[in-house]
Amino acid sequence: MTTSTAPAPAKAPRKAAAPGPDRARRRRLAQWGFVAPAVVFMLLFFGYPLVRNVVMSFQHYTPKTFFTGEAPFNGTDNWSSVFQDALFGKALWHTLLFTAGSLLGQFCVGLALAVFFNRRFPLGGVLRSLILLPWLVPMVVSGIVWRRILDQDTGVLNTFLDTLGLGGNTPWLTSPDMALLSVILVNIWIGIPFNMVILYGGLQEIPKELYEAAALDGASAWRTFRSVTLPMLKPVITVVLVLGFMSTVKILDLILALTDGGPADATQTLGTLTYQNSFVELDFGAGAVVGNVLILISAVFAVFYLRANRTEGK
Amino acid sequence: MTAHPPVAAHHLRARPRSAVIPLAAVCALVLGTALTGCAQQRDGDVYTVMNSSTDETYHRWDAEAMARCGERLGVTIEQQSVPASQVMTKALRMASSKSLPDIVQFDASEMPTFAEAGGLVDLRTLGLETEGIPEGIVDFGSYEGTYYGAARSVNTLALFYNKDILDAAGAEVPATWDELRQTAKKLTQGKRYGLALSAGGAEDGVFQFTPFMWSNGGDERDLDSPEVVEALDYWKALLEDGSLSKSTVNWTQADVNDQFMAGNAAMMINGPWQVETLNTKKSLNWEIARIPVPERGADSVGPLGGAVLTVPDTGDPGRQKTAGRIVACMAGEEEQLTYALNSWMVPAHGEAAAQWREQVPELDALADQVAAARSRTAQLGAGWSGVSLALQSAFQSALTGQSSEAALKRAQQRATSGN
Repeated sequence: MTTSTAPAPAKAPRKAAAPGPDRARRRRLAQWGFVAPAVVFMLLFFGYPLVRNVVMSFQHYTPKTFFTGEAPFNGTDNWSSVFQDALFGKALWHTLLFTAGSLLGQFCVGLALAVFFNRRFPLGGVLRSLILLPWLVPMVVSGIVWRRILDQDTGVLNTFLDTLGLGGNTPWLTSPDMALLSVILVNIWIGIPFNMVILYGGLQEIPKELYEAAALDGASAWRTFRSVTLPMLKPVITVVLVLGFMSTVKILDLILALTDGGPADATQTLGTLTYQNSFVELDFGAGAVVGNVLILISAVFAVFYLRANRTEGK
Repeated sequence: MTAHPPVAAHHLRARPRSAVIPLAAVCALVLGTALTGCAQQRDGDVYTVMNSSTDETYHRWDAEAMARCGERLGVTIEQQSVPASQVMTKALRMASSKSLPDIVQFDASEMPTFAEAGGLVDLRTLGLETEGIPEGIVDFGSYEGTYYGAARSVNTLALFYNKDILDAAGAEVPATWDELRQTAKKLTQGKRYGLALSAGGAEDGVFQFTPFMWSNGGDERDLDSPEVVEALDYWKALLEDGSLSKSTVNWTQADVNDQFMAGNAAMMINGPWQVETLNTKKSLNWEIARIPVPERGADSVGPLGGAVLTVPDTGDPGRQKTAGRIVACMAGEEEQLTYALNSWMVPAHGEAAAQWREQVPELDALADQVAAARSRTAQLGAGWSGVSLALQSAFQSALTGQSSEAALKRAQQRATSGN
């Protein structure tokens, strides 16, 4: 190991003069070189827009700003005007109902289907792939198709209910009392495949020996599910719920396609409100406020998620 | 021997290290081109028009018009079409990156917003004349007295009716609100509704409400006035009679057209842009009439719709001048007539409109309606979008159970607090 120091000066005198600090510096440089693309990417595509959005919520940002580049700061004007707007409270409440309802429905049905398909039976694979279909259809397409299906007079669903003698006159999307529920039901339909696929993958990972042991101990099916399946599935469940939450809380496209936020603002969520503020009224400051609230909600949830992961790691 | 290992080791270490530099160089290059790509250079004789002609037919008609005008003026005109709802936001983004096209075709209700921001050039300074264009249509393309937008054609709403159904029922074409209500009731049978209109939660619904509001003497600055309340009560009455489908609150104007074509509605409120689709169903025997008015003899005031050609301020007077000539050509009498005949809309120019009437007599009622039509932004300019949102919410609330008065009172509060 002494070879590297003694004769080196003859060949490369400058480099060997201070091998320790120089090499360390190069190594650090190389390390930063590898980290740099990720850091630049994060700063450019996550950090900058985030900071920009927060700053914008304190600015009077109008179409004029695009020409002059001037957006005077107006303190908390945007915030107070958004919070005073009755529509904001409504939209917040709808967002919570929509997210909770969708997640509950998607998860329960998804889990039930995953458990069902976990057993091998003829045509199981075919059926399982058929259930994936809603996932493959673009959101806007499903929205438009469902809007037709749910039409009060000419929709397939009401016509079907009518032939069954179940009164087919349900105002799915046309009554302010029903519209939010209908939108949640459609979103559950869309979310089931995602939940099922990930939970199914999780179920496949559970060692069969555990079930054998449970069977030897004489555990009932329900007991096995509660004491073996659920605990073993917990990490996967957390992932499914967090990802589901993230994609549900910011919902926009589905609602625009189904109801446009109506009737009478019955399906306005934070997502549609920020869209309306920014891109219909062109009041970008107000839109940024609602967007920030949405980010804040997601951030709070992300903290809980990280906490849960950390305690699990211990 | 002892000298070699370190050299070899040096080479081994050097290889991954030196890979960092080219990698970084490539990254910088990619990023650099991506950023400079934003600031595109304008090409000498190539002029760009941004419009919302994303439908194949409209895109083709526009391309043909641009080719003719380009040939006449010795320039190449390129068409860039984006969905209608994105024209404004795209134009704003282009403004901030200083890459605005030479001509933008805005929906007339959006033009004031862009003009107010200071983004448009006064067309009169570019040599465009307004002679021969009816005053209402000049106003339609103006903001605060300045003429920013040249309309090629305009449209409005009219009452479309299925002639076979009316004849079979022995019904006359309704001209007043009472007649419309009675006729609609009479024609409602089984799965078929007497009338279809859009009260959807977007501009479509507001566009359809305005003829009822305005013909009754209502005004968009005073949403809780008795005249507006009465107009909304009239819509409610049609719904309560069962003459309108409960789905009305969820329908766009295209949905309304589908219902009419499918025979689910005997009459509808709609615009001439549906004619092309209507004519694809040969067995459908339709005609149009002016939208009924509250009292016999009252004026039927519809909303003026359509797009205007504008020249954004690109900071290059020479190009703006040529852009003005292109607008003048595309909005000229001849091109207007060609475009109007293709698209079933009414030419903006007075003489072109007169010729158009002769060639399309079946849409005569529409030309009358256009002559008396009113622009949505004449009173409020850029403030229209806020009022429009408040109004949508109000008529949807009223049609789904609330009282018209309470709903409109809230709308007025929302509209005034928002601005």
